[in-house]
Amino acid sequence: MHEYALLLASALSAGTPLALASLGLLINEKSGVVNLGAEGMMLMAAIAGFAVAVATGNQWLAFGAGAVVGSVLAAAIGVLVLWLGTNQYATGLAMSLFGAGLSAFLGMNDVGRNLAPFGHVHIPWLSDLPFFGAALFSHHLMVYATMLFAWGIHVFLHRTRAGLVLRAVGEAPESAHALGYPVRRIRLAALMVGGALCGIAGAYLSVIYTPMWVQGMTAGRGWIALALTTFATWRPARVLLGAYLFGGVTMLQFYLQGRGVQVPAQLLSMLPYLATIVVLALISRNPTWIRINMPASLGKVFRPAA
Amino acid sequence: MQNRDRIRYLGAALAASAAGLPALARSASPLKVGFIYVGPVGVAGWSYAHDQARKAMQAHFGGKVVTQFVENVPEGPDAARVLRDLAQQGNELIYATSFGFMESVLRVARDFPKVRFEHATGYKTAANVGTYDARTYEGAYMAGVVAGGMSKTGVLGVVGSVPIPEVLRNINSFTLGAQSVNAKIKTKVVWVNKWFDPPKETEAATSLVNQGADVLFQNTDSPAVLETAEKLGKYAFGWDSDMAKFGPKAHLASAVINWTPVYVDETGKVLAGTWKPEQIWWGVRHDAIDLVSINPAVPAAIRKRVAMVKAGLKNGSFHIWQGPILGQNGATVLAAGAIGDDKFLHGIDFYVKGVEGQVPGK
Repeated sequence: MHEYALLLASALSAGTPLALASLGLLINEKSGVVNLGAEGMMLMAAIAGFAVAVATGNQWLAFGAGAVVGSVLAAAIGVLVLWLGTNQYATGLAMSLFGAGLSAFLGMNDVGRNLAPFGHVHIPWLSDLPFFGAALFSHHLMVYATMLFAWGIHVFLHRTRAGLVLRAVGEAPESAHALGYPVRRIRLAALMVGGALCGIAGAYLSVIYTPMWVQGMTAGRGWIALALTTFATWRPARVLLGAYLFGGVTMLQFYLQGRGVQVPAQLLSMLPYLATIVVLALISRNPTWIRINMPASLGKVFRPAA
Repeated sequence: MQNRDRIRYLGAALAASAAGLPALARSASPLKVGFIYVGPVGVAGWSYAHDQARKAMQAHFGGKVVTQFVENVPEGPDAARVLRDLAQQGNELIYATSFGFMESVLRVARDFPKVRFEHATGYKTAANVGTYDARTYEGAYMAGVVAGGMSKTGVLGVVGSVPIPEVLRNINSFTLGAQSVNAKIKTKVVWVNKWFDPPKETEAATSLVNQGADVLFQNTDSPAVLETAEKLGKYAFGWDSDMAKFGPKAHLASAVINWTPVYVDETGKVLAGTWKPEQIWWGVRHDAIDLVSINPAVPAAIRKRVAMVKAGLKNGSFHIWQGPILGQNGATVLAAGAIGDDKFLHGIDFYVKGVEGQVPGK
């Protein structure tokens, strides 16, 4: 029984970096900008966060560094895409490749360097509960912060005026522009906030999840986060579900291998991707639902008419 | 002298001097030796061990040898490109230090018949390709003895890299070593399908601990498994090189490979002009394998047992793969009294009794 509690716990912690990156991308896409540079941002933030953690020993500074790096890279994409009018997909892709290469170069001396592990939270009564204590209440603070972010983003988007403006910019930028809202600046702000979240995800990977740096350590999580946002039809709660599902099945396949299940290990390692796609596609198959939730101007260049 | 004779004389003189050139070249310029590594050298692990031996070999031969290495070479078409590049740069001896370089080595060797290639852990040779390997299963067995003595739950966990005979042999030898101390030992195996992938190794190690393993073993190249064990309060081993500093409390011992004897021997043969393609497989007897940095918490009886095994391997009186050995389903894979020879060892594609799970791909 304890094994299942631990499995659930590892699902939550494995899904957290995905959830964080996906939430960041959700903000980006709600404002109408597709950010394909998530993978590069996460890697750059991972090396930045790791370097700061090694230098200062403070994990929150490391998260801050990751957020800053993510923001800066997102701002770079923003300037290129919003003011210079470059193709969003190509620019994002270029940023991914750039981030991957630069992080590998900067992190050359950090490969294999030691980092003392940071502790998990211990809530006085809740952590000692028989099953749910280990499963839900003994995580690193960032896991709980992610859930808070998801709730906060939902409230922001659907209950505040600023969120309404953001959604408007994503749905009909021409109308928003006509109403006097600075479309490009709002999109830039959304990009930077989203980039910061991607950065925190990257820092979480290299500082908390595997306290080590190795090049390419995100192993495609940025791309998975991108797909997750789309499959979850831009709803924060579904993003969380998809991320935890993915993390859970990743750990489940190791669990099944250890149990001696007679399925080839290679097939089992396909399982997380397959499961997430299937589940989310099933939940989100209503075409009306998709039409309602997808930002109408996603990926399209906006040039304010003179 | 007629023109015809002049030309003949000139031609003969040129041919004579050209023939003498290589001999002149060898004594004047140092032997260029190249190395390719599958992963980063870093601070521990497979490629680190190779690089340490490269440096030791270089120091041994001083100015007679000049070495260069390329790290992070993926096993695939890129490997052929890098090998070709090294050969064209004038390296006369090239060490390819991973199993997956096999086809690339053979292909490039055909195009450069004058260059000698040594392929680590491979099994195909050619006129200018030899193979070399270390009996890592001896280190795995000794680690198993320590694991058997230290495990309280009787469940061991192995993070497997790629399901090739070498790794299966190591998992089996680890289990046999543990069972020599505690016959009821069970081993769980989880495969990450990579040689080096710290995040995945961490997940695999966590999953093994969650399933009750309290001593972990690995065939992967990074200290991630040891660090995970340290974080979760379990035990683990270092692999390929001494990893004691990555998990001060969790580290039980490191099964290390010392490639220096092989490198000194082979490079020396090339220098002396006596090199020929061989299939070398050295272990404790040639100082190529050892179990080091044994944790003080390990009881004296276990240490003594390890020392006895080491001495027995050194003088040839002890054989790890000596029958009767049973397979997973109880059938005999090695008859009583029989000793597994190299051919048997190379062909291991099964799990011994006590290892849980199915061999991938069977």
